[in-house]
Amino acid sequence: MIEEQEREYLGTSRLFGPILAVEKVSGVGQDEMVEVVEPDGRVRLGRVLEVSEDMAIVQVFEGTAGLVAKTTRVRFTGHPLRIPVSRDMLGRVFDYLARPLDGGPAPITDDLRGVEGSAINPTAREYPRDYIQTGISAIDGMNTLVRGQKLPIFSGSGLPHDALAAQIARQARVKGQEGDFAIIFAAMGVKHDTAEFFRRSLEESGVLRNTIMFLNLADDPPVERLVTPRSALTMAEFLAFEADMHVLVIMTDMTNYAEALREISSVRGELPSRKGYPGYLYSDLASIYERAGRIRGKRGSITQLPILTMPNDDINHPVPDLTGYITEGQIVLSRDLYHKGIYPPIDVLPSLSRLMKDGIGEGMTRGDHPNVASQLYAAYSRVKAVRSLAAVIGEEELSEVDKAYLKFGEEFERRFLKQEPDEDRSMEQTLDLAWHMLALLPRDELHRVSQEQIEKYMPGKDNPPRNPAAAGRPGAEGKDTGADAGKDTVAVR
Amino acid sequence: MGNGFAGNNTGAARNGANAETNLNENVVGIINKISGPIVGCRNVKHARMLEHVWVGPERLMGEIIKLEGETATIQVYENTEGLKPGAEVYGTGQLLAVELGPGLVGQIFDGVERPLEIIRERHGSFIARGANVPPLNPDRKWGVSVLVKAGDELAGGAIVATIQETSTIEHRIMLPPDVSGRVVFAASDGEYSIDDVIVRLDGGYEVRCRTRWPVRRRRPYARRLGPHVPLVTGQRVIDTFFPIAKGGVAAIPGGFGTGKTSMQHQLAKWSDADLIVYVGCGERGNEMTEVLSDFPELVDPRTGKSLMERTILIANTSNMPVAAREASIYTGITIAEYFRDMGYHVAMMADSTSRWAEALREISGRLEEMPAEEGFPPYLASRLAEFYERGGLVQTLSGRQGSVSIVGAVSPPGGDFSEPVTQHTKRFVRCFWALDKELANARHYPAINWLESYSEYIDELVEWWQEGTEDTKGTGGAGAKDPRWRERRDRAMEILQEEDRLQQIARLVGSDALPDDQRLILRVADMLKEGFLQQNALDDVDSFCPAEKQAKMLDIILHFYERASVLLKDGVPLIKVTGFRTIPEIMRMKSTVENDRLEKLDELRKRIDEEFDRVESEYR
Ligand SMILES: Nc1ncnc2c1ncn2[C@@H]1O[C@H](COP(=O)(O)OP(=O)(O)OP(=O)(O)O)[C@@H](O)[C@H]1O
Ligand SMILES: [Mg+2]
Repeated sequence: MIEEQEREYLGTSRLFGPILAVEKVSGVGQDEMVEVVEPDGRVRLGRVLEVSEDMAIVQVFEGTAGLVAKTTRVRFTGHPLRIPVSRDMLGRVFDYLARPLDGGPAPITDDLRGVEGSAINPTAREYPRDYIQTGISAIDGMNTLVRGQKLPIFSGSGLPHDALAAQIARQARVKGQEGDFAIIFAAMGVKHDTAEFFRRSLEESGVLRNTIMFLNLADDPPVERLVTPRSALTMAEFLAFEADMHVLVIMTDMTNYAEALREISSVRGELPSRKGYPGYLYSDLASIYERAGRIRGKRGSITQLPILTMPNDDINHPVPDLTGYITEGQIVLSRDLYHKGIYPPIDVLPSLSRLMKDGIGEGMTRGDHPNVASQLYAAYSRVKAVRSLAAVIGEEELSEVDKAYLKFGEEFERRFLKQEPDEDRSMEQTLDLAWHMLALLPRDELHRVSQEQIEKYMPGKDNPPRNPAAAGRPGAEGKDTGADAGKDTVAVR
Repeated sequence: MGNGFAGNNTGAARNGANAETNLNENVVGIINKISGPIVGCRNVKHARMLEHVWVGPERLMGEIIKLEGETATIQVYENTEGLKPGAEVYGTGQLLAVELGPGLVGQIFDGVERPLEIIRERHGSFIARGANVPPLNPDRKWGVSVLVKAGDELAGGAIVATIQETSTIEHRIMLPPDVSGRVVFAASDGEYSIDDVIVRLDGGYEVRCRTRWPVRRRRPYARRLGPHVPLVTGQRVIDTFFPIAKGGVAAIPGGFGTGKTSMQHQLAKWSDADLIVYVGCGERGNEMTEVLSDFPELVDPRTGKSLMERTILIANTSNMPVAAREASIYTGITIAEYFRDMGYHVAMMADSTSRWAEALREISGRLEEMPAEEGFPPYLASRLAEFYERGGLVQTLSGRQGSVSIVGAVSPPGGDFSEPVTQHTKRFVRCFWALDKELANARHYPAINWLESYSEYIDELVEWWQEGTEDTKGTGGAGAKDPRWRERRDRAMEILQEEDRLQQIARLVGSDALPDDQRLILRVADMLKEGFLQQNALDDVDSFCPAEKQAKMLDIILHFYERASVLLKDGVPLIKVTGFRTIPEIMRMKSTVENDRLEKLDELRKRIDEEFDRVESEYR
């Protein structure tokens, strides 16, 4: 509740980096929006970061370059940063503060919303349970996405995260619920080409008129990046919780966002925590990511698909690390798989969807889904161990069981993980394919699926595989000696 | 409280009133600086350290954390957006306190004990600022049974009345610890609200059902007892391998997604505690929603009642104000101690203590204090110690036994346990359940690393398992004697340790190159891992494993090992054993044998023996 009262001051006492200080102010509120006016009338926007009785510290989004301390006027607007929201904004392209970039008119609405938003009361949340079919096996089968989830893509520079996000945006659907949907795209410091790639991809699939883009590109001022995702999410909240839409928010690249935060923090001389990022990076990221979800009694939802590049492919870097601590899982891309020519190069082992458990299984996807997923994880993690053993003693020296695992690993990567950028597999197809993969392993290696499930779904003699290539299962079946004799026990660890 | 416990009384009534209606205009200072949640004040008069204050025209909730001459520093528990220098700060004359009384159980509060359900009803889906709603409903009438009569001499902590708060929790109204005297008035049994006078003492002190306690001060007890009773959790890796005692303190450190929250939820669901205080400190909103939607549906295996009837939730999620996150841990532990003092065994989960430590760091940074390791304030270690020391098994002032067990999640950056919060926590806890990324990646849940984890309670609990307990009712089988508990555990640990050693060799030469007896160890370790240590929280049967089942399961695996070892010694090749039909059954017994059909395990064991007998006779 800020009284909407403007105050204007001439002259600033200090200009440093994107920050300026104004002395002898009064009635200025924390987080208030500021207009910084040059003598020629040019206006830059800013926000109050800190205020004391005689001084306000203001962050200027476009930076302070070119400002002259004496002649700069600083106008305190009496209200926080806010953007207009309306359904008419669908199909449009805006800057970080929802000002048109597409040459179209400014949105006509009196409905202005503060971009900071407020926390959803945990008692008002509805636990997300409706799974989204993305048509991508590695996701649907093993890291199922759920409506209202926040599931980031952890990538590295040069990896096809954009293609993957675009494929998800194109193919995502919820069984039996077509409903109103919208896609919000927030770009933070990405190349012009990236934004254009998304625009074209969404256009080609005919969903551009359901899309709103908020762009802060690589050559735009970094500090604006701090606002871009917040504007996007303010818009998303309006569409989801007031206009009943299912909103998918793609935010890229969160690492650029965090770097902008670091920059401001260091200019202010704050005490850095890991790698120079401020100690409040966790809380700050949470204030973005937690704006996903569902609300009781509301029809819409906000699903977040943030993208971040891990500097040096290091998952322990503060940005992916803190993101992983906040989001409901992560999809991790692997450079190794990418080099092997596998698209999408999803490294399933470190990937996780925490909301999957309540969205899959009997009555939702298929009864065998939880066990199959768990079995694939167990088997594939064993593959990793067998591969390192093979590197030491040579493939020929491996036991029969280990050889089966090697084969499983190859097939799993080549056929289950790998698919075309426009290949849209149904959940059934993905799960059936998973059984074809498991069929490559000796049956008594499969402890995580039940006997009944093996009988029901395992392609085999009485259950011929749809794809004959999957039938080549080594030994073991039926007899207890054979493969089992050479069984070795490289553990899951 | 600083002004004596007698202040409780009037304080309680007044707080209830001022939260709802207007505050008296007791201005204690003028704001001169705002930096995030930290507000500076000048012209400060009549304020006390740690006083609960209302800040600015919206009456944001705050606490004075520094007083220097006429200036004060306040930490504000709500978003300070729009707050301006020059605004007034109003005193309450009281320390920031937790309100205690009937109506806590089954509810969800934020970090400063505001009832989130009611806030939602009044202010909608998003949390509004300045929403000052009292924690307990002042209008609700409770059925009170008064236990004392005029003329009784009462000492501090005495229980004067009871209320059936939920179907499982009897709320016991206590005299504050430092109040004693002779009863001059005792109300008759009946329906009372929390502000009605139930008992009056000769000194004029009036007991009501509502009381207050300063959040940062621990509640007194008669004496501390050594922990000696297990907190049975129904989680095999804990109960069997790394047990925690009632009144014990444990930490679960682990990188993101390794299973801290899942384990905390499991413990909150299945531990044989009387009451659970679950603090979501700087974590996800959906995780609290999950508890709110699951717990009412789940049935406590011991009481047959809904789990929500014994649960109190404190939710200060990651996007809620950081100062309230700092307070949430204290709010939780104070409530836990209060129920302990009634004679209950309370288990408190804190997820995550790292977020709390980070809140300390953030506030400390804004106060421009000198940092110690990684920006954390130098008092981090002492704060952690103070917190974990509030756990324990005690004899209460009224002579009962009660306990607070604490399980704190730790979220080390990069999953690296050498960071300050994990390291300091390790000094003050006695159970360390180390989560392992590799295990989690392979979906070996719970991903507790059996080589890195430890429990210092084992020796103290051995005796209890040896003796069993009189009170075997309602303990889910936990009270049954199990004299072989220690022996079995140690045997299984040996196998797991031996396996680790052998794996290092197998990684170089392949396990086929190992002799049969060593390969048997690898096989059996696999059984232990898949068949015993792994426990699927999502499986209807396996989610909770009664102590008796744990014992039988482990017996089966060890029995398999013993018999197989004997065969190998007699020259029988391992291959004869590894093809047993019963092996897949052993691997799956955790979920195929229902918890009330444990005789199936005896039958399985018989079938295993038959297979061994057959091979034995072949080779004789
Ligand atoms: N015992 C278990 N049984 C089944 N699944 C489990 C178990 N423990 C963990 N999981 C799985 O692991 C996922 C991550 O666990 P959890 O959310 O508890 O991790 P966390 O350590 O709390 O992570 P964070 O630090 O990011 O909060 C869960 O969503 C669940 O899918
Ligand atoms: Mg967690």
